Amino acid sequence: MSDLKFSKEHEWVRLEGDIATVGISHFAQEQLGDVVFVELPDVGKQVVKDGDAAVVESVKAASEVYAPVSGEIVEVNGELEDDPELVNKSPTGEGWFMKIRLSDASELDGMMDEAAYNDFAASPG
Amino acid sequence: MVPFAGYEMPVQYSPGILAEHNHTRAKASIFDVSHMGQVALRGDDPAAALETLVPGDIAGLAGGRMRYTMFTNETGGILDDLMVTNVGDYLFLVVNAACKDDDIAHLRAGLPGGTEFDVLENRSLIALQGPAAANVLARHAPGADIMPFMSAQPFEIDGSRLAVTRSGYTGEDGYEISIPSADAVRITEILLADDDVELAGLGARDSLRLEAGLCLYGHDIDKTTTPVEAGLTWSIGKRRRAGGGFPGAEIIQRQIADGTTRKRVGILPDGKAPAREGTQITDAHGGVIGVVTSGGFGPTAGGPVAMGYVDSDYATKETPVNLVVRDKPRPGRIAAMPFVPNRYYRGQE
Repeated sequence: MSDLKFSKEHEWVRLEGDIATVGISHFAQEQLGDVVFVELPDVGKQVVKDGDAAVVESVKAASEVYAPVSGEIVEVNGELEDDPELVNKSPTGEGWFMKIRLSDASELDGMMDEAAYNDFAASPG
Repeated sequence: MVPFAGYEMPVQYSPGILAEHNHTRAKASIFDVSHMGQVALRGDDPAAALETLVPGDIAGLAGGRMRYTMFTNETGGILDDLMVTNVGDYLFLVVNAACKDDDIAHLRAGLPGGTEFDVLENRSLIALQGPAAANVLARHAPGADIMPFMSAQPFEIDGSRLAVTRSGYTGEDGYEISIPSADAVRITEILLADDDVELAGLGARDSLRLEAGLCLYGHDIDKTTTPVEAGLTWSIGKRRRAGGGFPGAEIIQRQIADGTTRKRVGILPDGKAPAREGTQITDAHGGVIGVVTSGGFGPTAGGPVAMGYVDSDYATKETPVNLVVRDKPRPGRIAAMPFVPNRYYRGQE
């Protein structure tokens, strides 16, 4: 079992201290298909839970990535600019999107663990 | 699978759009395009009859040759684009799936007496596209490799009678193969058995045709765009330009003579962000000068590519423009199409 928490919008969060690393799930990258462009927020930007944070574009379409938690963007994954396919190759590793300094740790309580998320992602609709 | 014009269509197979696109450019892919309408037009003079509905030179089409044209309306707009082949004793039309029913009604209402048409409901259509297509097909249909681009020939593979044209929608060499539906799976499997051939879906078909600069009906051309605005004047033969005799001829003739206020152009975004359909195109001062009608990532071009309509003042190659993606103007420039050079087979000479 991983230490990741998942949102219903298919983002994952890994918490270290008060810094949440955020990306999109394996299921999400599979649904998107080949990722060709990622637009990341500016460092220093304040994001709110469930608000727009980034955009991921596959060959098929552009999709919003929502902030699974509120806080300040402290770092973004610049590697994605040149290698957007990292999102497909390593969605929960090298394909991370951004790091958010949490403003409210209790927001994580409502998120799913990996087993619950896998059930959620596998359910139709 | 997605619903498309009443058909269940594969957007992609398991390799994914990017891999299918690249395989088509490197070797060969089969696309199931059986949703396209196939129509046979017969009569005393089917070419003269069809010319009352399209601006293409159909009477001048030699036997075994094909041509791209469009059904126009009274304002010169495009009702559908189509391929017309002179099979010899009849004309063979391939029309868009989404327009099929309207096209049939249009033919029924518009064709002069003495002309009949059959919708070939029991035929399937596959496209075999890519640089390996000629060798693959010639293994089963000797001689198919020396057919010139935009020609047609009957072949027989494994007892099935096929109508083969050297044409396509990818910018690559290749064929469209009309097959009796009862044989379609078998013939597809025979061709697919070749190591060089894979299946490709609608997603790759779209990125390939976009790189090739080819129009998608309902997006890049429709009832509100004329062939002249769309940069398709090349498809209107000299005799037809002079003589007219098709719906909207006066408007189209005037536009050929005087120009149009907007033009379809290629657009290359400077950065990596794709500018998709509906993206506004603005000038340096933020004034809207046009709109993207097709856009996305071009795997062979190696970055985003788009086409759309702009005011004719801005239609010159290399003109800088802005593309408003997610409310942010991003620089780009007008570019020549195709984005990837066509590789059609023009014959041995």
